[in-house]
Amino acid sequence: MRSASHGARGFRRYEWATFEGVWNRELTLFKRYWLSTTSSSVVQPVIYLLAFGLGIGTLVAQVDGISYVEFVGTGSVATAVLFASAFPGMFNTYVRRVFQRTYDALLAAPVSVDELALAEGSWIAAKAGFYGSFPLVVTFFFGLTPTWGMLLVPFIGFVTGLGFAFFGMWVSAIIKTIDETTYVTSIVLTPLFLVAGTFFPISNLPAGLQFAAQFNPLYHCVELVRAACFGWDWPADLYNFAFLVVFALLMWWGAVRQLRRRLVD
Amino acid sequence: MRMLTGQTKPSSGAIEVLGYDILTSSKQARAQMGVVPQIDNLDTELTVEQNLMMFAVLYRVPRRERQSAVERGLAIAQLRDRRDSKVTELSGGMKRRLLIARGLVHTPELVLLDEPTVGLDPQVRQELWSLIDALRSQGTTVLMSTHYIEEAERLADDVAVMSHGAVVARGTPQRLRELHVGDRATEYYGPPDRLADIERAAQSAGLATRRTGPSIAVLRSEGAPRDLLSELGDGVHRPATLEDVFVLLTGEVLE
Repeated sequence: MRSASHGARGFRRYEWATFEGVWNRELTLFKRYWLSTTSSSVVQPVIYLLAFGLGIGTLVAQVDGISYVEFVGTGSVATAVLFASAFPGMFNTYVRRVFQRTYDALLAAPVSVDELALAEGSWIAAKAGFYGSFPLVVTFFFGLTPTWGMLLVPFIGFVTGLGFAFFGMWVSAIIKTIDETTYVTSIVLTPLFLVAGTFFPISNLPAGLQFAAQFNPLYHCVELVRAACFGWDWPADLYNFAFLVVFALLMWWGAVRQLRRRLVD
Repeated sequence: MRMLTGQTKPSSGAIEVLGYDILTSSKQARAQMGVVPQIDNLDTELTVEQNLMMFAVLYRVPRRERQSAVERGLAIAQLRDRRDSKVTELSGGMKRRLLIARGLVHTPELVLLDEPTVGLDPQVRQELWSLIDALRSQGTTVLMSTHYIEEAERLADDVAVMSHGAVVARGTPQRLRELHVGDRATEYYGPPDRLADIERAAQSAGLATRRTGPSIAVLRSEGAPRDLLSELGDGVHRPATLEDVFVLLTGEVLE
């Protein structure tokens, strides 16, 4: 048996080449589709702000001391992050694994399932962090005052997006047909984004739902985004952040495990 | 094939490729292997050139050599003038050539070809044969699976006949022919009854036979007794082939 140094160098568990290869590919596609992706990312929060902010905003002037438009504008960062991460995680991963079989091709090269999942997930998360910040920018035009703390919002979106990208990848490796994503969307994702404190504060909900919301990563994302905009509350925000990190790690573990089961028989 | 790249785990035993244990260091082995799968898994969202470039990166071709590796791949695939085409715009033969070029972009020591010519026109198949032969003459080890026995006969230095997942014979095409079917086969045509008679007569004289649809081939006919040949009547002589060996060893009827 050869020693690792003979012939080829030894390989580390995570190698740059996989990330470069996967990110290059995504960058190529991004350059092709950026205009449509970007415009839909702008249009969606505008619709939310017009519908909720101006509609309900006439009934509700302020929530927790901020104007309702600003409340929804900052809260819908989480919604944007969710859509930009969970859906690509589910659909792209499923299509590439099952229909295009490109993952099979990548795994025949010196690429491992761990690397592949992390490369794909981190790209999705970066995009989610970027596009997730768009609602904030849109809200500037509705009167939100820019602050330095808001520069952290893309990063908050990245960490949240990482968790939901891996969540989507995990789902994609569990489901048998792509139609089953509908159940996940309606049973899991829709309640998550409705009960995250985006459109109405959690404190108005019955105690049971309030308790359940504590386990919703989007709720912690919303809390952090509002903190970045309107002022930190350190111990609580540290906990919010830690929750998102743990969520991402857990989803990563599940996604890699299940993808490996599906890709290596 | 998938076991050699660590994509299927063996239920028992050990696998070593290019000196690397696949269970513990499959990444090292994969880095020096090129894999051409049977099912087209090109990236349909990328162009021809981008497909090659992605694998040049994944296979750790040094940055400065990547473009020339891609150019070499385009030459192998004969797709220089289609470099900017999307994969979906290519014909079946072009896709297969690109698939092969993708597996060669890092000039691997070992190339795995899984049924590379299945479903292709004879012209395209011949093109691929010359490509595989060129690899062989450059000193690259090619491991190829095929159902076209003619392909193995023309291209292989070493043939392993597989039946039900086990190797039932192994050697050069020449050696396998000598060992199992001799030099010459004689084919007889006729209605089914007559074919059955010929089969019986040849087998009772100790000669193996092989049904080929409308005819029956008597193997090792060069050594057949004269009276048997005259009894059987007019037949068409032909050189024995590796296909005769394959059918003889794996059985006429597939289970």
